Amino acid sequence: MIAAIGLLIGLLAGLLLQPDVPIWLEPYLPIAVVAALDAVFGALRAFLDGIFDDKVFVVSFVSNVLIAALIVYLGDKLGVGGQLSTGVIVVLGIRIFSNVAAIRRHIFHA
Amino acid sequence: MSDPMMNDPTPKSRDTERAPDGRSRLLAALQSTGSRGQVMVAVLLAVLGFAAVTQVHANGRDDAYVGARQGDLIQYINNLSLASQRTESEITKLQQTRDSLRNDAQSRRTAVERARQQANALGILAGTEPAVGPGVRITVRGSAASVGTNQLLNGLEELRDAGAEVIEMNDKVRVVAQTSLSDASGGVRVDGQLLRPPFVIDAIGDPHTLSTAMDFTGGFISEVRDVGGKVSVEKRDRVEIVSVRNPSAPTYAKPAGTR
Repeated sequence: MIAAIGLLIGLLAGLLLQPDVPIWLEPYLPIAVVAALDAVFGALRAFLDGIFDDKVFVVSFVSNVLIAALIVYLGDKLGVGGQLSTGVIVVLGIRIFSNVAAIRRHIFHA
Repeated sequence: MSDPMMNDPTPKSRDTERAPDGRSRLLAALQSTGSRGQVMVAVLLAVLGFAAVTQVHANGRDDAYVGARQGDLIQYINNLSLASQRTESEITKLQQTRDSLRNDAQSRRTAVERARQQANALGILAGTEPAVGPGVRITVRGSAASVGTNQLLNGLEELRDAGAEVIEMNDKVRVVAQTSLSDASGGVRVDGQLLRPPFVIDAIGDPHTLSTAMDFTGGFISEVRDVGGKVSVEKRDRVEIVSVRNPSAPTYAKPAGTR
């Protein structure tokens, strides 16, 4: 319950404050959001599997975000930032899809 | 899946009943009040929601270049400068075209003006245009039997020698290079028209030169007087010649050379 409320609070805060993204964060934020989404769906799936652990979730959330940002940063330094961002998005997208498929099987038994 | 949380060897569920069903576990979690894990999850989810909304908001704004990479920015600048170069060369080309067209129009106007002047001059010479100017009016009186082609031809020759530019006879016939004269009963046939005495010759040219050309020993006046006629020469400041000739295209002669 509190988790859902937390998500709602975050959304509302973003909508109400409408903060500007700092320029140094601008290339990393979209990747970080996608990585965090991947972590959240993975956590939901683990929860439905009955193997959820909040410490693991926190670690995976933070590390997902950091690694995604790091990959993009590295890509920028190597001059392949755009391509590497696309690659990360593709990989995370595939993971999100498979996680969502597992969640769907749990909830709808289909 | 290589996700670490799925391979967690010590799964820990807050569900006391250990429901086998994922759905019932989710419902139970939604109904339960907070625990430490839920609070942590809530905080992280709040961060995620905040970041997502911020990103969506930033993405919707019209600042495509703010977060762009250096390479992309250089690409944009290159594209822009290429485009402006192309546009500038286009502008130069169009300006050149415009200038040349303008020059063209100018020179065409000049050419038309020159052609018109030339046509006027040639028209006067060929007798296709009416003409006006200073000159003389020569009246020849005498019977048709006495004054004829011989005298008139000589008179016209004298006028031409003296520089008469336009000549007309009896206000009817324009005398040009092709004009023919022949004797006829009761007068002279000029270009097929019968002219009866008195003959009136209008000529445009320097009046003084023309009148002196008529009046010298053995000249036109004395010649006419020899056959019993009478000539009067009248200098005029303004002689108007209105009779014209139809221009006829040469049948055999062709222009030689380009000019």
